Amino acid sequence: MMDCALKTEKLNLFYGTFHGLKNVDFCVYRNAITSLIGPSGCGKSTLLRCFNRMNDIIDDVSVNGSVLVNNRPLEEIDIIELRKKVGMVFQRPNPFPFSVRENLVYGLKVHGYKRSDYDDIMERCLRAVGLWDDIKDKMNTPALSLSEEMKQRLCVARVLTVEPEIILLDEPCSALDPIATMKIEELMIELKRFYTILIVTHNMQQAARVSDYTGFMLLGDLIEFGETPKIFTAPQDERTDGYITGRFG
Amino acid sequence: MSSKTAVLKERIIKQVLTVFAFSSILFLFLIFAFILVEGLPLFYKAGVNSIIFGMKWAPTKGFFGIFPMIVSSFLVTFGALIIGAPLGLGCAVYLAEYAGKRQKMFLKPALELLAGIPSVVYGFLGVLYIVPFIRNFVGGSGFSLLATSIVLGVMILPTVISISYDALMSVPRSYREGALAMGSTKWQTTWRVVIPSGKSGILASCILGMGRAVGETMAVIMVAGNALKIPGSVLDPLRTLTSNIALELSYASGDHRMGLFSTGVVLLSIIMVLNYFANVVIRRKVIK
Repeated sequence: MMDCALKTEKLNLFYGTFHGLKNVDFCVYRNAITSLIGPSGCGKSTLLRCFNRMNDIIDDVSVNGSVLVNNRPLEEIDIIELRKKVGMVFQRPNPFPFSVRENLVYGLKVHGYKRSDYDDIMERCLRAVGLWDDIKDKMNTPALSLSEEMKQRLCVARVLTVEPEIILLDEPCSALDPIATMKIEELMIELKRFYTILIVTHNMQQAARVSDYTGFMLLGDLIEFGETPKIFTAPQDERTDGYITGRFG
Repeated sequence: MSSKTAVLKERIIKQVLTVFAFSSILFLFLIFAFILVEGLPLFYKAGVNSIIFGMKWAPTKGFFGIFPMIVSSFLVTFGALIIGAPLGLGCAVYLAEYAGKRQKMFLKPALELLAGIPSVVYGFLGVLYIVPFIRNFVGGSGFSLLATSIVLGVMILPTVISISYDALMSVPRSYREGALAMGSTKWQTTWRVVIPSGKSGILASCILGMGRAVGETMAVIMVAGNALKIPGSVLDPLRTLTSNIALELSYASGDHRMGLFSTGVVLLSIIMVLNYFANVVIRRKVIK
């Protein structure tokens, strides 16, 4: 059995009385890309947000069952440490309304990195997301003036600055055009060498293109989980089959 | 009712409402016109410099210098800001970022009430408590720049709080999420992301608070001591532009009266400049 960077066992989540996640057993393998697909409202983003406890900021959410990060129970990990280790990129690019540099040093300041290391770290992270050549002379321009694709790359770079091991991507391409989407997908495959990636996507082709493992969710249930080619060519469950062949969703 | 009369009725209603709407502009125009007509002639007669930079105010003897009052107005305004801005911003941050539903339910009506208390009540409380407190524990007569700043600082709170609260609430949730997801604490998120993101609105709230402080009259008269000189310390009494008008208008005539209108012209200019800057910073934010 391969090593799970992220794992859930019998995970249940409720929004008030609404049962958002139902007995989910799920695993995200290390240094691979795992995607979660399913129709809107199926709980895939909710599941993703369990791993960095972003559901905590929503009122009236209760969780039971276990979540393991690097084989440690979530409750035992300090939330600051957890969110540093498990970075997140959002659906809409959300750079802060500051300069490119300010965006990149934000996490470094918050986590107390040495000021003398800032430049090296920024360069490394911008190179990792393929922005360095485009942006190295524009470090002081407002991040909001960049194109949507560059903003999203900057957001990925911003997450990388604080040295996460795992990156959660919540529909990272849904606000981007097809060419920008393709580039972000290439970026994900690049990043796979060093990071564990979990991506939630609406776009089944995207899941098929980039991910090694795919989970299909429906109404809070993880219906099926396995290697991506298997899910797309020989799904075991007829609901998975129905979704990937476009009969619903 | 036939459709023709319905259309006519709609049209009349629209016209009437338009007239109502534009009447506020008419009032504004009338105020300007009256103050300029009454106040400007003295600027020609006595000279702009001798009014604006004149140190001596003895209108019945031909001295119309209001420089000490201009300085005093600015001093109390900044004093009010020093006290009101941190307090107001703190309250706005608490309301926008930390308060639960229950605290908000309690705080917001309290703030509206604070805004609705007549200024004479603030002045009254200032005279009864703040002035004696300063006299007994800090020094001087108590009627002072310090007392005025404290009273005005409290009076501008509703303005500062409500506008900076709106500014903070309009900071997109995604910025907060982005910051939290990187492992910032709530305070780091607030201090390093939310407040800087809302800074133009916060700045606007301070400028509008200044406008309120410059224009306040009654409470100032009651606690400022109204002395005709530039205060040398925070414990010295002073007289602002607004107090000057209010104190003397009832018995002024001729050039004296015109001198008070000239004071009004200066006051109006200051307020217009402040409003202009408030609009500039607010607009800058909208364009972004």
